[in-house]
Amino acid sequence: MSITANEEFRPKIVAFCCNWCSYAGADLAGSSRLTYPADVKIIRVPCSCRVNPMFILRAFEKGADGVILCGCHPGDCHYSTGNYYARRRMALLFSMLDYIGVEHGRTRVEWVSAAEGVKFSQTMNEFVAKITSLGKNVRLEDLRCRK
Amino acid sequence: MFKIAKCNLPELLKAIAAQQELYLPVNISGQTNFAVWTEGTEADLDTLKTVKSPKDMFFPQSETLYTVRKENKKLSIEPEALKEQKFVAFGMKACDIQGIKVLDKVFLAEPVDTFYRARREHGTIVALACHAPEETCFCKVFGVDCAEPDADVVMWDLGEAYAWKPVTEKGQALTDSVSAVLESAGAAEEEAVASEQAQIRAIVEKLPYTNLSLKGWDGNATATKFDSPVWEKLYKPCLACGTCTFVCPTCQCYDIKDYDTGHGVQRYRCWDSCMYSDFTMMAHGNNRTSQMQRFRQRFMHKLVYFPANNDGMYSCVGCGRCVEKCPASLNIVKVIKAFEKEAVDQ
Amino acid sequence: MQEIINRAKELLADGTVVRVLGWRIGDLPYNPEPSYFETAEDLEANFVYNGFCGANLSKYMIEGSKLEGKTLVFLKPCDTYSFNQLIKENRVDRDKAYIIGIGCKGKLDIEKIKAKGIKGILNIRGAEIDGNADTLTIETLYGEKTIPYKDAMLERCHVCKGKDHMIYDELLGESIDTKDADRFAEVERIEAMSPEEKFAFFQSELSKCIRCNACRNVCPACSCRKCVFDSTKFDSAQKANVDSFEEKMFHIIRAFHVAGRCTDCGECSRVCPQGIPLHLFNRKFIKDINEFYGEYQAGADADSKGPLTSFTFGDVEPGVTGGRR
Repeated sequence: MSITANEEFRPKIVAFCCNWCSYAGADLAGSSRLTYPADVKIIRVPCSCRVNPMFILRAFEKGADGVILCGCHPGDCHYSTGNYYARRRMALLFSMLDYIGVEHGRTRVEWVSAAEGVKFSQTMNEFVAKITSLGKNVRLEDLRCRK
Repeated sequence: MFKIAKCNLPELLKAIAAQQELYLPVNISGQTNFAVWTEGTEADLDTLKTVKSPKDMFFPQSETLYTVRKENKKLSIEPEALKEQKFVAFGMKACDIQGIKVLDKVFLAEPVDTFYRARREHGTIVALACHAPEETCFCKVFGVDCAEPDADVVMWDLGEAYAWKPVTEKGQALTDSVSAVLESAGAAEEEAVASEQAQIRAIVEKLPYTNLSLKGWDGNATATKFDSPVWEKLYKPCLACGTCTFVCPTCQCYDIKDYDTGHGVQRYRCWDSCMYSDFTMMAHGNNRTSQMQRFRQRFMHKLVYFPANNDGMYSCVGCGRCVEKCPASLNIVKVIKAFEKEAVDQ
Repeated sequence: MQEIINRAKELLADGTVVRVLGWRIGDLPYNPEPSYFETAEDLEANFVYNGFCGANLSKYMIEGSKLEGKTLVFLKPCDTYSFNQLIKENRVDRDKAYIIGIGCKGKLDIEKIKAKGIKGILNIRGAEIDGNADTLTIETLYGEKTIPYKDAMLERCHVCKGKDHMIYDELLGESIDTKDADRFAEVERIEAMSPEEKFAFFQSELSKCIRCNACRNVCPACSCRKCVFDSTKFDSAQKANVDSFEEKMFHIIRAFHVAGRCTDCGECSRVCPQGIPLHLFNRKFIKDINEFYGEYQAGADADSKGPLTSFTFGDVEPGVTGGRR
């Protein structure tokens, strides 16, 4: 009995990264030769506050197994206060997803600065491990998107 | 004629479902709608009207037309298969069947809608006469007799049992296939059916809307009705939701859209509502720009345009679902009455 | 009720208002519709205010504010929260409205009456606003039936926000606080479920959705001129219920868009043709807002900042909030 690489579950992870801190943090992780799984697909947004709750749901609809939002640390937002609003929105949205039965671990917010390449890499490794343990997202997926 | 004891109904349903797909009214989370029978499904035949009309079985709210797949820079197109299995629509009411006849006029006229035709050809309708009509019913106004539905098989509630009468060839075939669970019935049941019918018709006479007059509503009424100032007063409470159109057994408008699956496109059609602002949206914009116009369209279509194109047949069947469900308590009866009042006042 | 009609006629006659927004008597005992009245004769003949006048007229004042002249609008205590919220969002014009806060003794839900097997309704006694009937006597085609007033009340009236009007020009009539249940009890019941149970519950409820948009269109907080779900440029199929996902998307986003603005007026649940308990989404957000950011009642005033348009430096982190039990 052997499990071939193709049958192994590889989660699809969408990471929304703010342009000013977290995207630069990801960049730093890369240039520092730190690794994180290729399952994470980064979408760059101008600010964590740009992320509409619909973006998160849309990602799940199209087959993401986990969604993470990364932005500047509170107090460090390039636009002063964007991440404070994002924090409230995501707190409510994640709580709602939990309420309708989507495991809480599938969503996450992490504040990553441009200097935190190590944190970025660690966060992504942790998140991928978490989603791998949770398995495939079947509750918010749109069945039409299955191959 | 045959009969089936009410306590044996699950046996009958099981026997039908063993041979073909069976749709029947089922109560799910407090609401009764038509659903597919699976092991353990309980029929809800006591609820007179399902929330959604049974048109869903012949003209689903959403159905895929074809799927396009993109693989290795190649496109493949896969048309959706037409309905090939027989199915039974169990427990439909006379008004709903009249609704299907309205849909027939639309979808079976040239160019024929093949998806609809396939479903019509494969469906056997088992109707149940309305044991206890309700205050929102006005089917008699449109010439429907709820004591004698026009179906493949008709059932009547006789208290402890249902009478079962095959009417058409399809109905006979279904009856033969489940004859093991049916009991044959004789003169006593014939008499019970006759008295049930008389009882139903007596109630119908007492319904508040039964004597609604359709005077002035026909295919030639466009000139007198279209520009009437009554519409301007009537539409005001309308919230522009689609409830009336989506619970209606005759509303037949649909939209065709593409869904991006990430690896191709799924083209589907879904019910549309003339109450919506993007209804019949075209490149040049929309031909109805105010809610008054949209509201007027719905009733003009049912009572004027449809009869004009279909030998006088109205596309309202008096099921009363819009009367029950409109969030603003508007409905076709209020429209008809408002015009009647207007005519008297003038 | 005559008192209300008389006052409306006075205000019309002295030119304070040019029209009256109220309820027009229906053709069945339980279906009055929201309507404008412009003459004393029309008011006298067709105005009605009884237990079935559940519709929240604040929503209609969005359009009413655009009309020439002042409109007299009748608002029940809970409706005034919505009106305040609309003022805050600049969606209604306070100067165009003359508000009479009217008494409310709990509004009735015809679906609840019918669910008790009372069908073929010809006449209903006990729903009048005058008098103190605690039982409805219903004359039907199938005999006379009775039902306690409380058992026929809308869900929202069991969690009544109280007798006080938040905004008004004058008050008319007595109210009764009909609260006899905990507003968040049901939300807490769901929160305590396992993810599987939660999902099964919402799947079963939302699978009934027919995408009629009644919940959205009746909502006083849903006042966008163009809804994101109506946009032809938006890539989601707003009318389709092809897959259970569409409903979840719609209902989560609908509730989210009114989070912090929803006054919990209960109109969404009242109008749903499929009886989906939509307030459970709104109340979850309200409960979370109360817990995370402090007690907040949308519409209690017309000028405070909403919870999603403000923040504090020490707000709770999203990672902390969702997983708690």
